[in-house]
Amino acid sequence: MLYRRTGGRLPLSGRRGGRGGEVITSGQADKQTSRQADKYMNSGFITGYIQTKSGTVPQIAATWSWRDRLNTMKVRWSVGRMNYRVFPGIYAVGTPDRSSRVFVTGNFKLSFDHLRRALNGLDAWILVIDSKGINVWCAAGKGTFGTKEVVRRIRIHHLDQLIDHRKIILPQLSATGVAAHEVKRMTGFSVIYGPVKATDIKPFIDAGLKASEALRRIRFPLVERMKLIPVDMFYGKYYMLAVPVVFLIFAGFTPEGYSFEDMLNPGWKSTVNLFSGYFSGCILTPALLPWIPFRRFSLKGLAMGWLVAVLLASLNLLGTGLTEMISWFLMIGGLSSFMAMNFTGSSTFTSLSGVQKEMKTALPAQISMVSLGLAGWILTRFTDL
Amino acid sequence: MKGFIYLPGVVTLELDIEKCNGCRMCMMVCPHAVFEMENKRAVIRNKDFCMECGACAKNCQPGAIIVKSGVGCAAGIINGLIRGTEPSCDCSSGESCC
Repeated sequence: MLYRRTGGRLPLSGRRGGRGGEVITSGQADKQTSRQADKYMNSGFITGYIQTKSGTVPQIAATWSWRDRLNTMKVRWSVGRMNYRVFPGIYAVGTPDRSSRVFVTGNFKLSFDHLRRALNGLDAWILVIDSKGINVWCAAGKGTFGTKEVVRRIRIHHLDQLIDHRKIILPQLSATGVAAHEVKRMTGFSVIYGPVKATDIKPFIDAGLKASEALRRIRFPLVERMKLIPVDMFYGKYYMLAVPVVFLIFAGFTPEGYSFEDMLNPGWKSTVNLFSGYFSGCILTPALLPWIPFRRFSLKGLAMGWLVAVLLASLNLLGTGLTEMISWFLMIGGLSSFMAMNFTGSSTFTSLSGVQKEMKTALPAQISMVSLGLAGWILTRFTDL
Repeated sequence: MKGFIYLPGVVTLELDIEKCNGCRMCMMVCPHAVFEMENKRAVIRNKDFCMECGACAKNCQPGAIIVKSGVGCAAGIINGLIRGTEPSCDCSSGESCC
């Protein structure tokens, strides 16, 4: 059966006016979510609407606009990352019909964008579930992208009336939250897990909806590690400003009294040292991850931190006395180690048991190193050590 | 880029081969190729590759797989320590996370 393409706006209950408007699909949105719609992003990806048995479905572009690109960049740099969402519901790519495939994803707009771009040239349905604006994997881990929500969306958007077949394709990484047999039992829909990456959807379809082992493996190449680095860079938030300022203030103390001259010079060096340690852990270590020896991220970070400290020492940035130099080694090493350990959260291969084991020794060591270094450094402010 | 392995011998993954019905679901969902089929039943091939995501256990209908799953994320564990809860990256409350 063919659907009537309407192209224009429809007097759909609940849908707001305006160009592109807020997207409420299938006429199923309840009042509360419709109010929330104001928060949801829509960068004009809707190109029209299709009438279906289960309601009016927005037809969307399968390419990225410059705004999508710009917003993707912003989100990678943590600007508005936690509120970058699309409205849950059914969307159409191309002109799908009752036999077209259904791809399920979360409502983090970055996930949605990658999926629709991967479907370019195909006719398919997209079912966006409410993963609270979180990416598929993290949401599945938390249970937000879970069996319950998938079942709920299948029901409230009347997927059974939209299509004749009973298959839905989910991203493989959602399997952490979704039990395929439960979805089948509750809705009659069979779950097929697709590839890890949306960009592999076409080979997956070509192979008869089978993801080869290569498509099922998650890898962590340099490009992907780089994409995740900015997230950890802002881990320190306002401390990144406050801590260097405190160091500058302390740098002014000398055994002879307070000196504003010392506060700035050599005070500026402390800022350089602090940021070097910080970035050694959250940029350098992730970037060079597979090439740094050790399995523990904290040791990788420590090694990189000390390497950086040696460099800083050769540039005369770590001070002149032995105490001050050792203090900086301790602080830079501890800081770098801690930030590197944080990257376990971005990595794709660290287990909870492993991270717990690593932290049991690493965290006390890091805290001791930084405190000892700090104490040593403050001591050098007031004495001739 | 092959073979990122984290700490060896710590993973809580366990498979009861007696219960396995050979549906291959664990193989399909595992992102690290931990499982392999042997005589129409699943076996654990690379235990140390496991990141305890829990996808296999979740999708094992006969319940043959047990794993203590959770976020392998230092920030999440610290969050849990501070609040006295299980490790959680706490994405939904607007804090930064994974």
